[in-house]
Amino acid sequence: MAKIRGSIVVEIDRCKGCEVCMVSCPTGTIAMAKEVNHKGYFYAYPAHPELCIGCANCAMVCPDGVITVYKTKI
Amino acid sequence: MAQATGIKEIIKPENLVYRKTKVMTDNILSYCPGCGHGTAHRILAEIIDEEGLQSETIGISPVGCSVLLYEFIDIDWQEAAHGRAPALATAIKRLLPDKFVFTYQGDGDLAAIGTAETIHTCNRGENILIIFINNGIYGMTGGQMAPTTLPGMKSSTSPYGRDVKLMGNPLKMTDIVATLPGTYYVTRQSVHTPVNVRKTKKAIRKAVHYQKLNKGTCFIEIVSNCPSGWKMTPVEANKWMEANMFPFYPLGDLKVPAEENAQKTTNSEKND
Amino acid sequence: MEKELRLMKGNEAVAEAAIRTGADGYFGYPITPQSEILEYLMEADPYHTTGMVVLQAESEVAAINMVYGGAACGKKVMTTSSSPGISLKQEGITYIAGAELPCLIVNVVRGGPGLGTIQPAQSDYFQATKGGGHGDYHLIVLAPASVQEMADFVELGFDLAFKYRNPVMMLSDGAIGQMMEKVWLSPQKERSKTVPAWATTGKPATRDRIIITSLDLDPNGQERFNQKLVAKYNEIREKEVRYEEFQCEDAEYILVAYGTSARVCMKSIQLARAQGIKVGLLRPITLFPFPTKRLNELAGKVKMMVSVEMSAGQMVEDVMLSVNGKVPVYHFGRMGGIVTEPEEVVDFLKSKI
Repeated sequence: MAKIRGSIVVEIDRCKGCEVCMVSCPTGTIAMAKEVNHKGYFYAYPAHPELCIGCANCAMVCPDGVITVYKTKI
Repeated sequence: MAQATGIKEIIKPENLVYRKTKVMTDNILSYCPGCGHGTAHRILAEIIDEEGLQSETIGISPVGCSVLLYEFIDIDWQEAAHGRAPALATAIKRLLPDKFVFTYQGDGDLAAIGTAETIHTCNRGENILIIFINNGIYGMTGGQMAPTTLPGMKSSTSPYGRDVKLMGNPLKMTDIVATLPGTYYVTRQSVHTPVNVRKTKKAIRKAVHYQKLNKGTCFIEIVSNCPSGWKMTPVEANKWMEANMFPFYPLGDLKVPAEENAQKTTNSEKND
Repeated sequence: MEKELRLMKGNEAVAEAAIRTGADGYFGYPITPQSEILEYLMEADPYHTTGMVVLQAESEVAAINMVYGGAACGKKVMTTSSSPGISLKQEGITYIAGAELPCLIVNVVRGGPGLGTIQPAQSDYFQATKGGGHGDYHLIVLAPASVQEMADFVELGFDLAFKYRNPVMMLSDGAIGQMMEKVWLSPQKERSKTVPAWATTGKPATRDRIIITSLDLDPNGQERFNQKLVAKYNEIREKEVRYEEFQCEDAEYILVAYGTSARVCMKSIQLARAQGIKVGLLRPITLFPFPTKRLNELAGKVKMMVSVEMSAGQMVEDVMLSVNGKVPVYHFGRMGGIVTEPEEVVDFLKSKI
């Protein structure tokens, strides 16, 4: 059976760490990093990439447009 | 290792489902973390991109947090004085009727200092789109009370909460303009969840369509947040907005075109 | 095509000249003594002939901001008002100056301050020539003294506005706006089909986006912009001074007057010369730029100058600056909507000789 697999790429240095993507992710893929980016924000990253379904919810709500989303069937 | 290879296989141009539109510039947004302005800008830019309107659009930016909007969306812009954007838009659209013309204004700009321009532009039925960001506060100047600040809500100029007996009541501009004969489509939306973002984007697309048909003023209020002004984290601010702003400013259409209503009725009859 | 002779009010002449010069838009709000301009345009309905947009705005504030929007599209747009309305427009005017947009603003001046009177005055000289709104800027200010000039200065105003990307004000008054005279009107011109490169028209892929704004949060950038404006104003001072002299060749005394006061002074000169007093008139046509150099030259040849203006004495300050102490300079003129009598000017002059 074909499984939907997704992946996100976060532009780390443009992320402001607002966490809105994290709470919008239906699969719990995203977490906030323990380290900061060069602006001093705890940036978002795909902590559990295997859970990503490529729904683009995170990118949709990202105020800074830093998330790019890919999706495929495996 | 196997997993990493898997991701590499997914991240390929042919699998791309979402990327920031090129109609957004690469300038870093000047907004605080979690601010709804950025999302509102982006979906507006997406519509301009998807509808092929970049060369046909003239935007008018306001005074307020989004004063630098012209740095973020790659179209021709005019920067208006505080509250005057609808007057600029009126002249632009009348002189260049084939262009897509919109204003983007905050609640202080649109509902306080620009009240006259807003109401008269809507009442004349100028064939433009007004996007109204309502976060109940003056963000740029540091969180003062706005015409839209909720009763009891604290701000730097209502530090004990808005006392409506002393400070007056919040103004529901969207409800007011919906009663005017010149407006064609009036809706209130938000951009804090994926579902709401999709709905707002759909509303903007409708407004673009109606402007092409020369239908009159389209007015989209986006109830938004101000994490810094409200002194909350962005996630808390969005929850507070749902709990406090939405009951006072309920989301949904306030005025839909008559033909669209008729269409809906026909469809529901068919479904029945 | 030949010019056409008509008998018109100054206000009507402005309206007709605007249509004929191919203006793209007019945005106004009624106020005495200039409402005939909007009325004339509404009746003429040029939208259905030349395509000129005419709109009655909800306020003077809205009208001037409509002018901003139209001007930023590279269109020939204008507004007209009278003193209290021009005060309301000041916000828009400074933004227009700050965004370097061309437009024409006509002020048919009435007496002030406040609601004042609806009768003619020249008490808005400071407001017109020194900026009027906030920030370092100047308008180009044209002062018509006849119905003919109210018509002619519409085209001249637009030409200067586009040449320098600067707002132009025609500073008239209630007398010239309301009086009827014969006027030669230019034949109808077509509206311009070309758009200046700086105008917002929608961004094609071939160029960068155009941003019309007066904002620069970087103080160095703002100062560079201020210096650019200063250079522009200096060029205007160099190239665009306009004035007219009347019997100055042998004059021992010079009256300096513009608009209605200049017409009064023509009669005063006749009366004074009949009494053997050699008086001449310098009539500034541009109030900014002011004919400073010429007044300074004349100051070397005469004994005294009098600035005759229907105000408490405003232009007199520019006359004094021009003369720079070479000869005594006085102000004379009536206020409150009263037009100065020619005999009063002669009596004043004699009292100072």
